[in-house]
Amino acid sequence: MVARPDHARHHASVWLSGVSTGYDGRPALEDVDLAIEPGTLLAVVGPNGAGKSTLLKLMAGLQPAWRGRIEVLGEPPGRQSRRIAYVPQAELVDWSFPVTVSDVVMMGRYPGLGPWRRPGAADRHAVADALGKVGMASHDQTQIGQLSGGQRRRVFLARALAADPEVYLLDEPVTGVDATTQEDLMDILEAEARSGKTIIATTHDLACAAQRFQKVAAVNRRIVAHGPASLVLDPSVLSSTYGGHLLVVGGQTVVLDDAHHHDQAFGRETHFHDDAH
Amino acid sequence: MDAILEPLGSAFFVRALLAAAIVGTVCAVVGTYVVLKGIAFIGDAISHAAFPGVVAAFMLGLPYYLGAAIAAVGTSLAIGVVTRRARIRTDTAIGVLFAGTFALGVFLYSTIQGYVADLFSFLFGQLLSTSVDDLIALSILGGIVLATVGILWKELLYSTFDPLGAAASGLRVEWLETLLLVLVALTIVISLQAIGIILVVAMLVTPAATAQLLTVRFGRLMASGALLAIAASVAGLYLSYWFDVASGATIVLVQTGIFLVVLVLGPRTGLMARRRAVVSSGG
Repeated sequence: MVARPDHARHHASVWLSGVSTGYDGRPALEDVDLAIEPGTLLAVVGPNGAGKSTLLKLMAGLQPAWRGRIEVLGEPPGRQSRRIAYVPQAELVDWSFPVTVSDVVMMGRYPGLGPWRRPGAADRHAVADALGKVGMASHDQTQIGQLSGGQRRRVFLARALAADPEVYLLDEPVTGVDATTQEDLMDILEAEARSGKTIIATTHDLACAAQRFQKVAAVNRRIVAHGPASLVLDPSVLSSTYGGHLLVVGGQTVVLDDAHHHDQAFGRETHFHDDAH
Repeated sequence: MDAILEPLGSAFFVRALLAAAIVGTVCAVVGTYVVLKGIAFIGDAISHAAFPGVVAAFMLGLPYYLGAAIAAVGTSLAIGVVTRRARIRTDTAIGVLFAGTFALGVFLYSTIQGYVADLFSFLFGQLLSTSVDDLIALSILGGIVLATVGILWKELLYSTFDPLGAAASGLRVEWLETLLLVLVALTIVISLQAIGIILVVAMLVTPAATAQLLTVRFGRLMASGALLAIAASVAGLYLSYWFDVASGATIVLVQTGIFLVVLVLGPRTGLMARRRAVVSSGG
């Protein structure tokens, strides 16, 4: 089970060793070791404030590490940014912003274009393709504020798809969506993982993590467990991840945790609460 | 008809008209980002911070554009640093900067012997005294601002809409945020003579705010903001000429009037829209 560290690092698309970080001097994650290989569909689970979003931000180069080493696609985070796509939590987005569905998905193409080039035929094709995959082709001219919660997650996944990345970092991609949308989005992510992409998604939904993800990392200020979903999602691991917030009722594990609470206790983010239709 | 054509015979009025159109366009384009990013207060702070630069330039016998530009751009860079590094609330830090710099301007102003009408006009604007040199300076600075937005509009849009996603995908969001503040500073310098320090924030915010009531498309928002700003500037200039009143204040009043009319009657927020919504939900 214990691989040589160098071996794991060599084969990993995302690799963290002894990483700690936090906000305003207060630690949020400590001593994180993680090696994630290409083609992995990984769920990051844990209670609110456990550091799930922070873990994604470390990988995206949005949050500096206090200690330890991180490599994303063989380089420090931020260096290979055009080969990763990050999707923030829905509540961090200003949905009243005057952009259409196709504008948002086109943003996925901007970094590859650079400042001097305008979006061309290839970019429009990629946008149409991504919107088709997520089932939003007929809504391309809709202002994003008019979409339902599930449609909003579809559009942001389309933006990530349009960027054609090797690593997807998705913060709560299936939170607050209906069952059909969850199945559709997970089908897309599974297909991307099969084609060799690395997908790392935080989620509150343990049932979804158990059924649809290959691997799970249970996080609570540190990595409590990391491995195949069936091994990680067992009652003893879950109770040490969720502490008192876990209830086992006749073989069913229930997390007493409100998905609408902010994952981040710290940080300086604006949260946009909008009435999704 | 004569009332409209007659002023066009005077060179000073035509210069003022051109200046009003340039100022309106640049303010609306940059103001679109100001409104979407919610940094109107920062715009107000930068414009007040330009005052000591104008007074200092006057005392040293330098062109006022230079003094205003140094003070405004310097303050915008300081605000950029403060919002990222300071451990106090951003609006508090900006409030301190804002009042402190304006006080410095008033202090310097009070050290000058006698009444200086030129300087007073920078507080409230005086479009009709636009000189040929002013017009050249406006065109160059305005051209630089519009060209910068023309090149980087999509990067500015992405980093305003989703700073985290933009930064993760490789856009230099901190750099773009600082650039936007510098563009706001240059826009304010351009508008100082026409509108004046006290009211320039209205030029930045009101056209884009009005356009927001009319459309939910980014391109149309910017274009209709610019058209509204030009229309209000031209109408305000004529009104101020006919009735011999302050041009800057008149332009801002016209803009505010248009905003209120659109707010009440507009397709998205107006009484008509609300009545339609009530009827359709009731039926």
